[in-house]
Amino acid sequence: MASARSGSPERPGKVPAGTAGDEARADPPGAPRGPARRARGGVARFLLRRALMSAAVLAAVSAVVFAATEALPGDPAQAILGRSASPQALAALRRQLRLNRPVLQQYWDWIAGLLHGQLGMSLAAQEPVTRLLADRLVNSGFLVLVAAAFSIPLSVALGCYAAWRRDRAFDHGSSIVLLVLAGLPEFVVGVLAVVLLATTVLHVLPAVSYLAPGQRPWSDPSALALPVATLVIAVAPYVARVMRASMVEVMESDYVEMARLKGLPERTVLLRHALPNALGPVFQVIALNLAYLAGGIVVVEYVFAYPGVGSALQAAVLAHDLPVVQVLAMLIAGVYVAANLAADVATILVTPRMRGQL
Amino acid sequence: MSGTGLPGPAWLPAAGQARGAGALRAALRLRRTRIGLALLALLTALAVLGPHVAPHSPAAFIARPDSGPSALAPLGTDYLGQDVLSRFLSGGGAILATAFAAALGGVIAGVALGLIAAYARGALDALVMRILDVILAFPPIMLALVAVATTGPSTWILITAVAITTAPRVARVTRGAAQPVVVRDFVAAAEALGLPRWRIVISEVLPSTLGPVLVEATLRLTYAIGLIASLAFLGLAANPNGANWGTMIQQNQTALAVQPWGVVLPITAIALLTIGTGLIGDGIARAFAGLDRGREPG
Repeated sequence: MASARSGSPERPGKVPAGTAGDEARADPPGAPRGPARRARGGVARFLLRRALMSAAVLAAVSAVVFAATEALPGDPAQAILGRSASPQALAALRRQLRLNRPVLQQYWDWIAGLLHGQLGMSLAAQEPVTRLLADRLVNSGFLVLVAAAFSIPLSVALGCYAAWRRDRAFDHGSSIVLLVLAGLPEFVVGVLAVVLLATTVLHVLPAVSYLAPGQRPWSDPSALALPVATLVIAVAPYVARVMRASMVEVMESDYVEMARLKGLPERTVLLRHALPNALGPVFQVIALNLAYLAGGIVVVEYVFAYPGVGSALQAAVLAHDLPVVQVLAMLIAGVYVAANLAADVATILVTPRMRGQL
Repeated sequence: MSGTGLPGPAWLPAAGQARGAGALRAALRLRRTRIGLALLALLTALAVLGPHVAPHSPAAFIARPDSGPSALAPLGTDYLGQDVLSRFLSGGGAILATAFAAALGGVIAGVALGLIAAYARGALDALVMRILDVILAFPPIMLALVAVATTGPSTWILITAVAITTAPRVARVTRGAAQPVVVRDFVAAAEALGLPRWRIVISEVLPSTLGPVLVEATLRLTYAIGLIASLAFLGLAANPNGANWGTMIQQNQTALAVQPWGVVLPITAIALLTIGTGLIGDGIARAFAGLDRGREPG
């Protein structure tokens, strides 16, 4: 429904994307297409420009992360050790954090270290951050991949089917359910799932996803069930609404009308004429899924005590473990930016009419 | 709604306001908006009146920790032996006040930035939008987590962090709605009259962006409530032991099997709150879109 499209969570143009190419999309549709050879050069130039822009955004993100953790007024050493810390301990920690250098020098050393793979030492664990996070990265990566494997097809299918059955019972019913689910915070979904399936109503799944050190997440599928389900329920509704909105737009277009008027069966109209043109949005949907999952794991891993980077970030923030916070913030923002970059690029590449605007 | 159905003359700036009022009346006629408003009113009343009707102080020791319902503690006690009902009744204010303040601050900043960008065009527009892109490169909760990592959570840091994540999203919507307006004749006419630019932006451009901005604002309120509650759940409330729905869920999650009330009550409240604001936003969105559609044939 057109109304739903102006309901903000579903406007594909309003991707919560750092790098989402608003200039590419803001141009009027149907701008003249250049000759094929120029379009090719245009694609390469576009890729280069978009990659450079993402790099610039990441550089700015690193400055924000650094400023928020170390350059803000207040003494990080004091914050970490608390008010009762002795002056000797404070001086020692300042030396360890090398806080006595000029701020710009600190920032530069930190960035240089990141680029060389030297992520620093965790203050809480007194271990290199790399060793601390290696297993957790695998665990979180696996969790995100499994959740994406469920949420991407689910959100695409839900969105397409609702658009196809537009204004019928399924569309209305699913729109209310998705609206309700889309607004629920992830931890509410997660804890409700625990109440319903693990502790109080039914007792069919474990409430925490404990992994012994060295144990891989794929060795115990039942431990993964609730975190994955929570992530899917938290992410899919939003993305399904984006999918439905762009599918509705495609089905309202002239060529779909034309195909219908030719008397083609509805299946053919949908699969051969409408769906290929809705592919651009699908790529955006995939990237949206991944970007949201990258943010969602922080809370969901904590709900289930799942040993990943999200729960590590929560613990590091509580412990004022600044080196770990910085690395994880850069990592999660990096995934977020990369997912959005990939979506932009894929959208342009599969939508021929947009290539003319490069 | 009768007057708003016809497109007014291009120079008539009041059209935006009349249209906004008509759409709000239309939104109020939708059942989902009414349910949403009722839920929001109910939970706001609970948060405001709750502390006054709570039987005990939220921090008082009442009975053995994690004990079941008794005469003294109608819904049992939490992990520290405090009364679950009293903590629930006292725990809504912190989340609601912080989230309202953060959403309001973010919406005001976002509308201002979006209007400035749309009206200025050119280099200033590009600069503002690129700066906002940097903030959008963080998942919403990340900025708050990074901000509280050094100094710990205080109410002001939480409000500022959530407002900063809110503003760019509102700014994008405002800018998009204002862009077609700033090129209209009535803006040029106001400029020719020599009105100051801030007055032109506020009285000529702002009213026309009202619809999308209102929809976005209710959506942002929903997310602000979710973010503030999530941060409290992660152990990052301004008062780590205070009565707060998010904190309650975190503290009582481990005792869920023996004492579910300490989790079930606050989680239901947060769910109903976000559902309520979500329904209101959807109702307003539908009403504004319905007006737009009413103008086109078919």
